[in-house]
Order: sequence, then structure tokens, then C-alpha cells
Amino acid sequence: MTFFMIKCACVYLSGIGFGLIVNLPHRALNIAGINATIGWLVYYWIFTTWGGLGAPNFFGGLVIGILSVMIARWKKMPSILFDVPGLVPLVPGGQAYNSIKNFALGDYQTAFNYLSEVVWIAGSIALGFIVAELVNKINQRIRRAQEKDE
Amino acid sequence: MADQQNNYDHLVINTCVLAGTIMIESGSEMTRVNDTVLRIARNAGLKDANIYATLTGIIVSGGTQDVGAQVGSIDKRVLDMEKVAKVNELSREYEAQKISINEFYDDLLHIDEQVAMFPLWVQLIGAGLVSGSLVVVFQNNLPDFGITFLVGMIGWAVLYFLNIYVQIRFLSEFIAAAVVASLAILAVKVGLGIKADDVIIGALMPLVPGIPLTNAVRDALSGNLISGPARGIEALISACALGFGVAIALHFF
Repeated sequence: MTFFMIKCACVYLSGIGFGLIVNLPHRALNIAGINATIGWLVYYWIFTTWGGLGAPNFFGGLVIGILSVMIARWKKMPSILFDVPGLVPLVPGGQAYNSIKNFALGDYQTAFNYLSEVVWIAGSIALGFIVAELVNKINQRIRRAQEKDE
Repeated sequence: MADQQNNYDHLVINTCVLAGTIMIESGSEMTRVNDTVLRIARNAGLKDANIYATLTGIIVSGGTQDVGAQVGSIDKRVLDMEKVAKVNELSREYEAQKISINEFYDDLLHIDEQVAMFPLWVQLIGAGLVSGSLVVVFQNNLPDFGITFLVGMIGWAVLYFLNIYVQIRFLSEFIAAAVVASLAILAVKVGLGIKADDVIIGALMPLVPGIPLTNAVRDALSGNLISGPARGIEALISACALGFGVAIALHFF
């Protein structure tokens, strides 16, 4: 449990750290870190209950995509400020590294195994983003329709 | 009178081109660029304005006979999210008529003075935080937090200075990755770290082209088939440069 808390704190810190290196505006830093933490918590929850690679990353990407647009509307800033730091903890860094390492060591079988994992994870995150965009568009339509009614 | 209108239209088009250029340079996605530029033009009264934006250049046409179209070229790309936010903010202020088009143009010209990058030491701490905490998140390896923090900082510093002094694209990524991997392996050999692989994974994370990749996916999905694949290629080459750097270091140590 303690380790889980430490991990959450680390996710938050990684979001903020990434914000620092891509020069996020100061008032966006904290919320970007929180966004990253929420996205990762969703990922972790699904990862521990369902397992697998596709579903956790898909839902992580989906939640981050939807949340960032909501935050963007609230803070009146572009949504890209919030979703990129949010994605950092989901990036398949370990698998990508292992793939490269095994290529370098000449073990192509293992390398391709890891590479397909990387492609699968990246594809799931991207798909989550697409669905998030769809949800946001529907949301926008509903909003506009409501405004017209009023 | 017609002359005045002509001047005004020219100023609007210039503002649009400049705003678009700054946004693409700083790493914004294309839909946002198109949206912002068209909104500026429409708010300024150019109803039929049109834009064609790619990763390396931008064309904005006014839609009226006398102004024609303007071209802006984009040669450098740096990640600076605050500029994207700033242009967005200025465009909102213009829409709410808080600033005039003259002030808008002036602010865009001097955006470098208004928007400062974080100083190097803050960026270094940021890179360290990304590296250190991701070791814990990805590999469940808490003891290596400290050394990864340090190696990640050094890797970012190498990238930063190479980008300033050498200016060969993708070479800086390659060298930075090689330095990171060598340092990680050496640190473990000296006894400062526990698992060299974990340290390398963490310390490479700040160098990974995250924003270009997400933008590539987004641009391609929104139907911009020029910018999406172009960004994808850029991100892929940087990723390959990182991979080769690590591979070389692994080979030697």
C-alpha cells in the first residue's frame, strides 16, 4: 500500500517534470500532474482487475483525452497542455528499451516480441484518444444544441 | 479609404501567418492552428479567409482581391507549450475585443520577450523528475530513483548543449542516448545503482519524442495527411537515433 502511494506520487511528479521540460505555463503545471495521476490510476485499476495490455492503455488514453478537454475548457487553455504530460506514465518505455536491447544483442525473436507489445500499447493509447475525441465532439454538439434551445 | 482597408487587411493576414508560424514552431497540432488562424481572420472581418498549413510552411489567403495570400516558412521546431497557450490567449482577448489587431501583431512579434523558457536548472530538475519517478512507475524499482534522477539530468544537459552548439538534427539525440546508457552501466558497475536496464529506461524518458508522436497521431486522424506522417517520420527518426545510441553503448560496455 505504501508503495502504491509512492507510485502515485511518482506519477504526479513525472507529469510535472515533463511539464517543466516542455515549458508548460506555470498555472497549468499542477493540474497537468493531477491529470496524469488520474489517467494512470484508471490504467492501474483496469490493469489489476482485467489485466492485459490493450484495455488498460485504451481506457487510460480515453480518460486522459476526455479530462484534458474538460480541463482545457475550465482553464481556457489548449488541451494539448494537459494530455501530453498525462500520457507520459503510459508510454511503453520498458518494452521499447527491451526491444532495442535485444536487437543490439542479436536476439531478434525476443526483440520482435517486445516490439509488437510496443505497437499494441501505442495503438491502444491512440485508439483511446480517438474515442475521446469522438466523445468530446458529441459533447460539443449537445452543448451547442442546448445553447440554441435557450 | 480603400487604401486604409487594404492596409488593415494586410495587417490581419500578417498577424494570421505569424500566429500560425509560432504555433507550429512550438509544437501545436494542426487542427488548433487552422482553427485559431481562421478565427482571428473571421473576427477581423475577413469572412472568406483560408489557410493551408503544413509542418514546414503556412499559407494564409485573405479571400479579398487586393490582399492575396501570404506565406510563412517554418524552419525550426522546438517544444514550447507556453507559446501555444499565449497565442491562444491573445486570440481569445482579440475575440473579446480587449486588444486591437495592432497590439495583437505587436505582441506576437515580441512573444520571445514575453514568454520565457524555464531556466536550465529548472529544466534539469524536470528531466530528473521524469527519469527518477518513471523508474518507480515502470519497473517498481524505488532504490534506483536517485541515480536515475542524476543520469536523466546529465542526459538532458547533454541534449540541451548539443542542440545549441552542434545543431545537427538527430545527432544530439544519438549522443545523449549513448551518454545516458554508458553512464547508467558505469554507475551500476561502480555500485551506485542496482539494475542498469532500469536506470537506462528511466533516464531515456525525457528524450523520447512524446509530443511529436501524439501530434502525429492526432494530425493523421484529423485528416491532415501531409503533417501527420511527416511528424511521424520525425519522431521515428529521433526514436531510432535514441535506440542506436543505447545499442552502441550496450555494445561497448
